[in-house]
Amino acid sequence: MSSTPQLLFKNRKPGRTAFLKEYCKTGGYSALVKALKTMSPAEIVQLVKSSGLRGRGGAGFSTGLKWSFFPSDKPAPKYLVCNCDEMEPGTYKDGELLAADPHQLVEGMIISAYALNVDEGYIFIRYAYEGQFKKLQKAVAEAKKAGYLGKNILGSGFDFELHLHGSAGRYILGEETALLNGLEGKRPNPRLKPPFPAERGLFGRPTTVNNVETLANIPHIINGGSEWFKGLARNPEGAGTKLFGLSGHLNVTECFELPVGIPLSEVVEVYGGGVWKKRKFKACLPGGASTPYLIAEHMDIPLDFDTLAAAGSRFGTAGVTVFDDKTCMVAVTLNLLQFFARESCGWCTPCRDGLPLVCWLLEKIEKGQGTMGDLEMLKEQYRHICGRSFCALAEGAMGPLDGLMRLFEQEVIDHIEKGHCPF
Amino acid sequence: MKKLLLKKEIDAFRKKAQKLEHPREMVIDLLRAIQDHFGWVPDAGVELAADILGVPPIEVEEVATFYDKIYRQKVGRYPIHICDSICCWTRGGEEIAAHLQQQLGIKLGQTTPDGLFTLLPTCCLGGCGRAPSIMVGKRFYGHLTCDGLDQIIARLREEAVG
Repeated sequence: MSSTPQLLFKNRKPGRTAFLKEYCKTGGYSALVKALKTMSPAEIVQLVKSSGLRGRGGAGFSTGLKWSFFPSDKPAPKYLVCNCDEMEPGTYKDGELLAADPHQLVEGMIISAYALNVDEGYIFIRYAYEGQFKKLQKAVAEAKKAGYLGKNILGSGFDFELHLHGSAGRYILGEETALLNGLEGKRPNPRLKPPFPAERGLFGRPTTVNNVETLANIPHIINGGSEWFKGLARNPEGAGTKLFGLSGHLNVTECFELPVGIPLSEVVEVYGGGVWKKRKFKACLPGGASTPYLIAEHMDIPLDFDTLAAAGSRFGTAGVTVFDDKTCMVAVTLNLLQFFARESCGWCTPCRDGLPLVCWLLEKIEKGQGTMGDLEMLKEQYRHICGRSFCALAEGAMGPLDGLMRLFEQEVIDHIEKGHCPF
Repeated sequence: MKKLLLKKEIDAFRKKAQKLEHPREMVIDLLRAIQDHFGWVPDAGVELAADILGVPPIEVEEVATFYDKIYRQKVGRYPIHICDSICCWTRGGEEIAAHLQQQLGIKLGQTTPDGLFTLLPTCCLGGCGRAPSIMVGKRFYGHLTCDGLDQIIARLREEAVG
């Protein structure tokens, strides 16, 4: 096992949480001091831009570029919101990070707020992360007491308040505008964009929404610099490390911090300990429920945003869910689509009515009652839903359906011709 | 009769609502507090929240009914959320759900006659590495087996008696 420099999981120990004292022992809050005392906000934005850091919530947009659109000269209040909804099946890395080392997020948020000239922050945490919520509460209280939060932080004249918001379930809250409605206490349907949150976000004010892992990377980039950060990746165009949450039919289903650009084969064989029960690898979701499947022929592709897009999939959240060769991919796709159908907010027709129709067709096929006409209808639904829904939820739901039809069409046809599930 | 929320908690929420520029941002905190205290959120809970926040009850209702971890119907003392998403599915989630239904003699969505357990299907709980998993109230249980489940149920039954 080649050793990867551990940044985000540096302080991670089984069953333990690093709080302030332990966090500071390994250099915690030194990046904040460096940023506040020696760097201008514009320099930080530029540094993050040149580091190549891309959003770790799944979309993979350049964080520095996103920040450069932020109207930091507009009057207060302006908001920095951390998205810790993390409800996409297969994705649990932010939960692991916060359980191990919550101060990283707090420090990352303070530096980011300084870079964006933002005076107030929110961390939006999903219901199931009750334990992480409590750890963050403690971390925020410690940071406040140490003078890292509040008024005139470290004598810099910069003020920043940080609030926690515990949610109550529902995947759609991970969509940034739905999340903002949720924070405001409104029914969390997504909002129409534009205006984008940077212009009119939380309470109608300029807002940036970033993922936990994205923000937790900021202190490391401040301390290590952009060239060092880029060099952490295996592939020349990649940058940084990535938290990979392994799940499904592997011998080891844990979360690892690995270099961006690592090939799938190494993730599966070395870190996942190979496919369980001595079975063979059939397919995987490379980055959460909405990312089209990868198959054995993709084993050597460096796992990164552009490389996976070129292979017809997405890097997403790097939650890798593996399926062995005894798995029915129609059943897998049905399970995934049922998730998306149930979590639809019901706002737009392609999502509210289209996804249940896709589920109905898949269920029919899985039960051996499907026809070739149903397969055609599936393809038609795919075309009707893609690009026609109000937000990205239904589009994401089409990821596994696309994978099924592109890579496993024969398996679908087998169900129809045999009149039963062949698995 | 059991109260929706302690008076001192209601007072604290009212005080905070007056201080906040956007009191409505407290709605989930408020609904969760009522649920923690009362076990679920009845109509009177929605009305109380609306009154504290100074909004019509429908604006609380449309939020309360959106979230699946806000119970707008009575649930058992231990609501059991069974993950039926993909990672748990790959590691025996369906067997876990079937076993629980069989052991408790109820179907998904139902509550045991003694009022102790309610079974609810839920999407991914963020414990994909520890699949299959459930949450009992706010407590997460992973790496489940049928035997392990029986022990959890037995412990909860004991806890309820004690």
